[in-house]
Amino acid sequence: MTPELLTDLTVFVLSVLVGIEVIGKVPSTLHTPLMSATNSVHGIAIVGAMLIATTATDLFGYVVAFVAAAFASANVVGGYVVTDRMLGMFRAKRAAR
Amino acid sequence: MNGIELATHLVYLAAATCFVWGLHRMNSPATARSGNLLSAVGMGLAVLVTAAQLVVDHSHVTAVGWAVLLAGLAGGAGFGLIAARTVRMTAMPQLVSLFNAVGGGAAALLAVHDFQRPVSVTTAVTGTIDILIGTITFAGSLVAAGKLQGLLPTRAITVPGVRALSAVVLLGGGGWLAVSPASAPAMLTAVVGALAFGIAMVLPIGGADMPVVISLLNAFTGTAVALAGFALDQTALIVAGALVGASGSILTKLMADAMDRSLPGIVLGGFGAQPGQAPAGASGPVRTITADDATIQLGYAHKVIIVPGFGLAAAQAQHAVAELAALLERRGADVSYAIHPVAGHMPGHMNVLLAEADVPYPQLKEMDEVNPEFAQADVALVVGANDVTNPAARRPGNPVSGMPVLDVDHARSVIMIKRSMGHGYAGIDNELYSNPKTAMFFADAKAGLIALTSAVKTLVG
Repeated sequence: MTPELLTDLTVFVLSVLVGIEVIGKVPSTLHTPLMSATNSVHGIAIVGAMLIATTATDLFGYVVAFVAAAFASANVVGGYVVTDRMLGMFRAKRAAR
Repeated sequence: MNGIELATHLVYLAAATCFVWGLHRMNSPATARSGNLLSAVGMGLAVLVTAAQLVVDHSHVTAVGWAVLLAGLAGGAGFGLIAARTVRMTAMPQLVSLFNAVGGGAAALLAVHDFQRPVSVTTAVTGTIDILIGTITFAGSLVAAGKLQGLLPTRAITVPGVRALSAVVLLGGGGWLAVSPASAPAMLTAVVGALAFGIAMVLPIGGADMPVVISLLNAFTGTAVALAGFALDQTALIVAGALVGASGSILTKLMADAMDRSLPGIVLGGFGAQPGQAPAGASGPVRTITADDATIQLGYAHKVIIVPGFGLAAAQAQHAVAELAALLERRGADVSYAIHPVAGHMPGHMNVLLAEADVPYPQLKEMDEVNPEFAQADVALVVGANDVTNPAARRPGNPVSGMPVLDVDHARSVIMIKRSMGHGYAGIDNELYSNPKTAMFFADAKAGLIALTSAVKTLVG
């Protein structure tokens, strides 16, 4: 096992534990926005998509980079916007009419 | 490590901090919106610093590369923005599934691209698992979205042997790809096997199990993104993917527990009367009620608990129920909503619908919180919910046995708005129908609620 893999594994395990600790406390009222919000977080694949565009030199590479960038970008932008829209509707008191 | 690389690493760390802190702020509806914003800021920083790194470090990026990247980012962002701004709240499960599908697809493509150059054994193994899980999620989430949108049948579809066959192709192709990541036929076999398995996994799962399946696919995407992080040695992807994987796993367990179903049982398919189990029958007579009589009951009730189910969403009746509730409140009644964890098509779906109809969130009560309150309720008004209210669940020997249910039968009286005496997903009669305390008001959820609202205004107004 390389030192890089060991470090990655450590980061992974600790992040899972943090995730369990943080998300276990979210009330069920907010489960839909929570899922939508975590959905946006895995849009971090957008960073990977940007990096692979730099090494693409042939048609296959360009197609893969394009689709990955489009997918990840839809994931990030759509995910955050729709989560914000949902959370904006949660109010403690009825809105004045 | 040069300056820009160091800056990139530090900004990624800041982004990960924003994700964790943002999710932490989702512990309360009061702070959740700012939490989501914080998480978005983290994502924006990560994108900006990556762009800066591309400009500074990779001057060899071809012009076509830039064009392809920018076109992809702009196209995806445009689609995401329009979909997010226009989706109806009842269609939220489909959209979340769709975003989940593209996230899984993107994670798989990262490793597909990486395999075009020589890679280490570690990258070959983690990348292969990423490709398999990401592709399964992509296909599975699209099928789930299709079922939720009504493009595919919602019932359980089973074709014998397809799952086993696709699993064999998936594992064979995966093994081959891990050994020879540069081989195009190996890649093709693995991807085709994973696509087929993703479809075969979700297609046989029925409508009632959708909240579980969506949560499970969410966990899958997180895992795929984390694995892509291993393959590309990108810590930001590992942290973000692990957070999502943990979140999806927790929700999957909560949903499965709320139905008293085991995860393997759900994934292996089929929900309904099992052979050899005695049907829990509602054999007694059923009492029906007119809008006027229901109105008098509601109009003079001090405490009303509304129990919404997917029927409410299907009839787009969230605004109608909120209007009736507001009217009753103005007459001095105490109104709250009892939300079962699996009501609707995804975890917490009912809360979003009712929030859209301007119901204040303190009125939205979780099952454990509201169950003791039913005994004090004058009227429990059930709108479009079925199996989650069946008292038969407390007894062994029937399909809903062991499933935690709302104690609707503890209320002093029950009014159920239903179209017909039809069954829920479990395929059995609801014993609540024939309970002497229960009155059935046969109507479409929306039309029925509007009729009740106008009757309350005129009769007891």
